[in-house]
Formats: sequence, C-alpha cells, structure tokens
Amino acid sequence: MTDLLKEYVPIVIFLAIATGMAAAMLLASYIVARQKPDSEKLSAYECGFEAFDDARSQFDVRFYLVAILFIIFDLEVAFLFPWAVALGDIGVFGFWSMILFLGILTVGFIYEWRKGALEWE
Amino acid sequence: MAEFFQLYVAPVAWIIGGILAITVPLLLGVAYLTFAERKVIGWIQLRRGPNVVGPFGLLQPIADGLKLFLKETVIPASANRIVFVLAPMITFILALIAWAVIPFGEGLVLADINVGVLYLFAISSLGVYGIIMAGWASNSKYAFLGALRSAAQMVSYEVSIGFVIITVLLAVGSLNLSDIVMAQNGGILHWHFLPLLPMFIVFFISALAETNRAPFDLPEAEAELVSGYNVEYSSMTFAMFFLGEYANMILMSGMTVVLFLGGWLPPFDMHPFTIIPGPIWFVLKIMAVLFLFLWVRATFPRYRYDQLMRLGWKVFLPLSLVFVVLTAGFLLVFDLLPVAGGGK
Repeated sequence: MTDLLKEYVPIVIFLAIATGMAAAMLLASYIVARQKPDSEKLSAYECGFEAFDDARSQFDVRFYLVAILFIIFDLEVAFLFPWAVALGDIGVFGFWSMILFLGILTVGFIYEWRKGALEWE
Repeated sequence: MAEFFQLYVAPVAWIIGGILAITVPLLLGVAYLTFAERKVIGWIQLRRGPNVVGPFGLLQPIADGLKLFLKETVIPASANRIVFVLAPMITFILALIAWAVIPFGEGLVLADINVGVLYLFAISSLGVYGIIMAGWASNSKYAFLGALRSAAQMVSYEVSIGFVIITVLLAVGSLNLSDIVMAQNGGILHWHFLPLLPMFIVFFISALAETNRAPFDLPEAEAELVSGYNVEYSSMTFAMFFLGEYANMILMSGMTVVLFLGGWLPPFDMHPFTIIPGPIWFVLKIMAVLFLFLWVRATFPRYRYDQLMRLGWKVFLPLSLVFVVLTAGFLLVFDLLPVAGGGK
C-alpha cells in the first residue's frame, strides 16, 4: 500500500463499519419491536389537529441570507487555512495580501450589516 | 498466501481493532454522559437525579436504550421514507467517523492524516445535512421550523469556529492534530488557551451553539417547537439522533482539549504527573470540559433567536476575524511564526 492510501484507509473502513452499525441497529429494532401502524399514528404531529396544509411551504427569506453569508465566510475560512499554515514562509508580503482580501470582504460585511441583513426581530 | 496475509489482512484486522477500541468506549461514554447530565443537573437543583435502576441508578442509561430499542418505528405517512430513515443514520455515522483523526496519545491515532483539522471541520459541517434532511423529510411543520432554525444556528457559529481554528493554526503551522498537541508541550503555561484566551472562550461558546446545547437549544425549544427537527422520530431513529448529538458534544470537547488544553499532555511537566499515561489525561480533560457543558445548561436561561443570531454574526464573527489579523500580525512582527519543515 502506498503511504497516502495507508493514511486514509482507516477512515474508509471506519465509514463502512459505522454505516453497518447504524443500519444494523435500525433493522434489529424494526424486527424485534412490534410494528402496529394505524392512520392516526402515522399522521404528522400538529397538536392533535389534522394537518392544515403541506408543511413544505414558504419560510422566512432571512434563512437564505444566512446561508449565503455562510457560504462567503466559510470559503474565506477555507482560503485562510493554507495561508495560516504557510505564513512563516510567505512572510510580510503574504500577510498584506491576505489583509487586502479580508479588507474587501469586510467592506461587504459592513454593507450587509448596515443594510440590515443581520437583523432578526 | 502468507504474503497476502501480511500485506492486507493483518493491517486491516489491526485497523478494525482500533475502530472498535474507539467506538465501544465512545458509545458507553455517550450513555454515561446522559446519566451524568441528569445526575449533575439533579444535584445542582437539589434533586437526586435517577437513582432507582441499579446501584445509584447506574443502569439507567442501559434501561433507556433498551426501552427505545423495543419501541415501534413510526414513519409518518406523509414523510419521504428513504430520506427520513437516512437522516438519523447520517447524524450518527458522522458523529462516529470524526473520531478517526483525534489523537488519544502520542502515536495513538487511527488515521494520522496531514489535514486532520480540515477533516474535522468538514465532518462537523456535514452534520447540518442530517438535521436538514430530517426536518424536510418529516413533512411536519414543527420539524421543518426546527430544522431551519437549527441549520441557520449551526452554520452561523461554524464561521467563528473556523476563524478560531485559524488562530491556533497560525501558532502551530500544521494541520496535523498530533503536531498541534505537541506544539503545546511543556506544561499548562504552554497550552494555547492562555495566549489565545478570548478565542478559547469564543470557541467554547460556539461549541455550545454548534451542538445545539443550552443556552442555545432553540431548535429543540420544548415550549414552542415540541422537540424541533426530531418530533416525528421514534424508537432507534430517535435514539440515533440522540447518540449522534451527545457524541458530537464529546467530539467538540475533544477538539477543545486538542486545540487549547494540550491534548494528552500532563498539566505539569514533572514527575508525579508524567507517570499517568496520556490517554488518561486526555479523557480527564474531556470530562472537565463536558462538566462545563452540563453546568452551563443548569445555570443559564435559553437565548432568544434574535439574540443568538446577533451574538454569532455581530459579536463573535468580527471579534474572531480581528483576532486572526492580530495574531498573525503579532507572530509576524515578533518573528515567532513556525517555518515549514518544523511541522509535518
């Protein structure tokens, strides 16, 4: 086995074992326990009422905003990982390059803040 | 044949042994974490906590698990069946496989990969999928709202967790978790939580939010959402969410210990402390952090959702971002940065 493979093989085996365990636990419980479904039991919980309409309806647009903001900042973090590890080698130039990048993102962040994208009342 | 055995079968058997040595104690740990939680909160509230099943109630988590196992698996008629069953499995599997890269002692790690931190970050990001899938597949309003809240909360705090990890990486110069621990060698004064104290606090509070723990347990707010994304779940499907959540709590404590509290290293680098083997120190430290989790739950009232988002986006994000720049600048100016070749 090559070195790279050697490092990652345990993770793959772990993934297989964990999946097997999860499936086995669900299946064993499904077989052992008595299954006796009826239509009331199988209806979605809505405080004892019949479900008024489908649950997958409109929801607050701010959840979208949070998701988009998250993508931007998580990408930023992904860019920062290699930078943080290599900063000792790239020195002052590398530092200021990243500051420029962070500065541009910060301007965008301030804009969102002032626009009220982060307000939840 | 003998060569085949030596090349493939023996190492794989060794790996499987290692996986079992992680998984079995972890699941037992999860069981007794739920027990410890009820006991500790009981004592804080001047109650006794569970004390009926077995001596001191020690068999309580076993009884709970057995009860859940023997319950009927209800899959709502309006639910999307496959996704509905996959969601708890994903939560559970992710909570387990993250442990592959955690170093329990010097060289005691299942997969000593170079990008350990990145792996952990990726796995904990994937955790959102289990919850979103559960909420959507249930086709129930409470589950849907709970999942939305939970996902938004988790991604909000993940950003600051990312920045906090960056500050640690700046000081270490390696993504390998064993290297991160070894960089804190030399006693309690060399652990990262001291120079990076504000980031340690941000990390701990974000870990509470990331694992949906009190005071940020809005997704499960019993009073309004009944139980959040797992309302429709029963039996083992519910138990898997439960196991996954608590395993994630232990994982976040483990990450806190590795990044800030010196991993398996003893607090004082001298005789009586160095006798105790590393894994024991590691477990002791994890237990101390977990006790903080429980203490916080028994002490603080639940946050409102707008307060939660404000704290995440308007306080922690700018604070950790500024601290990344400050840490990098400080290390650069005083020439303290680790240079490549020092790490792995």
